[in-house]
Amino acid sequence: MDKMPKWADVILTPLISLILAMGISALVILAIGESPWMALTTMVEGALGSSYGWGFTLYYATNFIFTGLAVMVAYHAALFNIGGEGQAAMGGLGVALVLLYLPLPHWALALPVAMLGAAAFGAAWAFIPAWLQAKRGSHIVITTIMFNFIAAAVLSYVLVNLLRPVGSMDPASARFPAETALPRLSELAASVGIAWGRNTPVNITFLVAVLACVLVWLLIWRTRLGYEIRALGKSERGAVYAGISPVRITIVAMLISGGLAGMMAINNVMGESGRLVLNAVEGAGFIGIAVALMGRNHPFGIFLAALLFGFLYQGGGELALWTSIPRELIVVIQALVILFTGALDNMVRMPLERLFLALRRNGGQAR
Amino acid sequence: MAAPGDMTGGRPDAAAPAAIELRGISKAFGPVQANRDISLSVPKGTIHGIIGENGAGKSTLMSILYGFYKPDEGEILVNGQPINIADSQTAIRAGIGMVFQHFKLVQNFTVLENIILGVEDGALLRPSLSKARGVLKRLAAEYQLNVDPDEVIENLSVGHQQRVEILKALYRQADILILDEPTGVLTPAEADHLFRILEGLRDEGKTIILITHKLREIMEITDNVSVMRRGEMVASVRTAETSPEELAELMVGRKVLLNVSKAPARPAAPVLEVRDLTMVDADGVERLRQVSFDIRAGEILGIAGVSGNGQTQLLEILGGYPEKGARVSGEVRMNGAALPLSGRGCDSRQRRRDGIGHIPEDRQVEGLIMDFAAWENVAFGWHDAPEFSKGALMDNDAIRRDAQAKMERFDVRPRDCHLAARNFSGGNQQKIVVAREIERNPDLLLIGQPTRGVDIGAIEFIHKRIVELRDAGKAILLVSVELDEILSLSDRVAVMFDGRIMGERLPGQTTTGELGLLMAGITDTENTPDSAGIPPGVTQDALPEGSA
Repeated sequence: MDKMPKWADVILTPLISLILAMGISALVILAIGESPWMALTTMVEGALGSSYGWGFTLYYATNFIFTGLAVMVAYHAALFNIGGEGQAAMGGLGVALVLLYLPLPHWALALPVAMLGAAAFGAAWAFIPAWLQAKRGSHIVITTIMFNFIAAAVLSYVLVNLLRPVGSMDPASARFPAETALPRLSELAASVGIAWGRNTPVNITFLVAVLACVLVWLLIWRTRLGYEIRALGKSERGAVYAGISPVRITIVAMLISGGLAGMMAINNVMGESGRLVLNAVEGAGFIGIAVALMGRNHPFGIFLAALLFGFLYQGGGELALWTSIPRELIVVIQALVILFTGALDNMVRMPLERLFLALRRNGGQAR
Repeated sequence: MAAPGDMTGGRPDAAAPAAIELRGISKAFGPVQANRDISLSVPKGTIHGIIGENGAGKSTLMSILYGFYKPDEGEILVNGQPINIADSQTAIRAGIGMVFQHFKLVQNFTVLENIILGVEDGALLRPSLSKARGVLKRLAAEYQLNVDPDEVIENLSVGHQQRVEILKALYRQADILILDEPTGVLTPAEADHLFRILEGLRDEGKTIILITHKLREIMEITDNVSVMRRGEMVASVRTAETSPEELAELMVGRKVLLNVSKAPARPAAPVLEVRDLTMVDADGVERLRQVSFDIRAGEILGIAGVSGNGQTQLLEILGGYPEKGARVSGEVRMNGAALPLSGRGCDSRQRRRDGIGHIPEDRQVEGLIMDFAAWENVAFGWHDAPEFSKGALMDNDAIRRDAQAKMERFDVRPRDCHLAARNFSGGNQQKIVVAREIERNPDLLLIGQPTRGVDIGAIEFIHKRIVELRDAGKAILLVSVELDEILSLSDRVAVMFDGRIMGERLPGQTTTGELGLLMAGITDTENTPDSAGIPPGVTQDALPEGSA
C-alpha cells in the first residue's frame, strides 16, 4: 500500500517545497530592504508576462529538459551522472565539427546530422566514466565531475588553438553556415501569421526536447532495455540473477544519458549562438540534476520542472535588470529552490505521509 | 516461591508474581494493527515459547518488551511491578535481556570487549575487563557457557557467537532472557547444546522467552507456549498438553498437513550430471570441492547443510552466475550437453533457455525487485520471452494478464498485480517467485530455501507444487537449511559441509542425528563431536548471507 496518493506525491510535495523556498527567498529580499512582492511581480512579468519573456523561458527550459532527462536515465540505473555539464560541452563540440566541416545545404538535413554529432560526442564523453564504473568500480560521481573539468579544458584548447578563425581574438569557432540555422519558434509563428516571441532564442529544438521526453518515457517504461535499466538500478544481484549484465546496462545507460546531455547543444550552440563559444553550457548540466530530482525522475515531471527553472532563469535576469536586487541574490533564490525541492525533499514528504496516514486511519473504515 | 528444581516440570508456583505480565497490549503501525489487546503471563523460572507465522506480531511484541516501541495501550508488569519501558536501558535495568536473531556484536572486538561494551565501569578499560573475566569464568562454569574470552568475534562459530550474546545479557544481570529465532543459524548439534544451556538457566531460576516458528523446538524445550495469529494472542497452553498439529492449526487458523504426502519417486534418465565441480572464489578460498552428483527426471535431490558450506555457490554456478572473480572447474551436463561454467554462455538467461528454472535463496535480494509491481516481477528473468514482447516494446498488457492468472493459480494475496512486491507478505512474495519459475515448466528446477520466512500455510502450498513438478517428470535440486523440509520433500539427501558432499542418504533410512553429524563434517562415527558440536571448518562463513 502506498503511503499517500499519487497526486500528493507528485504534485503536492514539490509544490509545498517550492512555496517554502519562495517564503525564505522573500525573507532574504526583505532583509536587504527590497519588496518581495515587487520582486515576484517583476519575475513573473519578465518571464511569463509577454511572448518575449516566454521565448526566453522556453529557451532555457529546452536546455534543462535535455540535461534533466540525462540525469534521469542514469538515475534509473542507480548511476548519478553529474557530468551533464561536460557532456553537453562536448556535445557542442560535436555540433560545431559537424556543421563546420560537413556540407549541409539545409537546416532540415543539418538538424538530424547535428543531433547525431551532439549525441555521439556527449555519449563518448560519458563512456569513459561508464566503462571505469562498470569494469573497475571507479565511482561515477567522482569520474563524471572530473570529466567536467577535463571537458572545459579540452574545449578551451580546441577553441583557442584549432577552431578559432585566423585573426580572431575571440576564443570561439567561426559562424556556422547560414543555411544550417535552425528556425526560431518566432519565425514558425510568423509563417502562420502570429506575432509571437520576436527576437527570442527559442527554436525548433524545443519541439525536439518535447519529443525526447516522450521517447525517454517509452524507453524507460515500455522497452526491455528500460526494464533492465530499472531492474539493475533497484538491485544489482537481482539483475545478475535475471541474466541482466550490469556491465552492459551500466555502459548503455550512461551512453544514453551522455547522448541526451550532448543533445542540449542543438539548442544553445546550433539554435542560439550559431557558433561554438567558451562555456556555452552555462551551468545547465548542473541545473539538470535539480530538474530531475524535482521532476521525480519522470519525463513529465522533468518537463514541468524545466519550465520552472526556465522561469527562474529568465525571471532572475529581469530582476537584475529592473531592480536593485543584485544578480547574486537570484542565484540564492535558485539555490533555495534546488535545496528545498531536491535535497530537503523528505522534510516535506515525511510529515505529509504521516498526515495522509492519519487521515486514512480516521476516515478509512471503508477500506 | 518454589525451589528452582521444581520448575523443570513446567509447574510454576501460582502464588508467585509472574516474571512478565502483559495486559491488553496494542500497537498499530499506521493502518496495520501489529498487536491487538495482548495479554500474557510468563511465570518465573519457566521457558515460555511464543509461536506464530511471520507477521503475526511476535517481534513487535518483543520489541515493546525491550523498549524499542511504545505500546498504544496496555501495561507491562515485571515481577508484579508495573513498569514503563521507555527504552532498552530501562529494559536492561528491569532485568530483561534480549538475544537477537541477527547478532549485535562488534566483529573485530574480543569476546570480553563485546561483553563490557556499554557497561564499562570507568574511563579505563582494564578494571572492567578483569571484572568481566571473573564473572565470565563463573557463568561459564555455571551454565556450560564456555567461550574463550580473548578470542575475536569473527573467529568464532555462529553457535559460539550466540553464546556471547547470551553472556552479554547475563553479564547485565538479566533474569528474563528473550531469544528471537535462536536456532535459525545453528546445526542440530549446536541447537541441542543451546537447549541444554537454556534448561540450565531455567533451573537456576531464570525466565526464558523463546520466539520461534519451529514446532519441534517448542515441543522439545518449552514449559508453556503462546500462539499468535494476526496480531492477536489466540492461545496460551501447557506444552505437555498440546501437540504440534494443534499448535499448527492455532497458528494458521485451519488444519494443516505437516508432512508432505507424496508417492514414491519414479526416476528416469539423468537430467543433470555434475562431476568434480570445484570453485575457488576471488579471495582464493575453495568454496566447492569436487562436488559430484546426478539428478534424474522425476526426483528431488535435497542438499542439507548449515548455510555457508557451499550451497549458495553451487546454486549460483548451476544458475549461470558464479560470483565475480571465481574460478570454476569440473563438468556439468544438462540433458547430456555440457553447460559452460565461465565466460560467454555462462549467464542465467542462457540457463533459462536451456530449461533451468531457479528459485533463488534470497527472494528479496535476487528473486524479486522489491520496488517493482508484482506483474513486473512475474516477467523478471523472462522479460525477453516472445509472448511478453510487442515489436520493440514490452507487451505490458500480456504480462499483466499472465501475472494475474499466475497469482490466481498460486493464490497470491492480495490478488493485485499492480502492488509492489515489498507490500506482499514473505509467503506471498515467495509464491510469486515460485509461480514464475514453476509455471515455465523447467526440466530442472533449482530451489534455494523455498520456505525461509514463509508462513505455514504457504509452506504447505509451495511443497505441494514442488512435488507436483517432480511428478510431472522434472528434476529438482532442493537446497534448504531446514532438515525437516529436506527430509519430507527429498527422494535422496546429500549433505554438504565445507564445499564437499559428505554423503548421500535416503530420507527413509536416516535420522536427523546422522545427518546432523554429516552436516558438522563428521563421517567417522567413532569421532563424536565435541560438546558444542562445532566442526572446525564452520566459522564465520557459516553465517547466512542476508537471511533477513
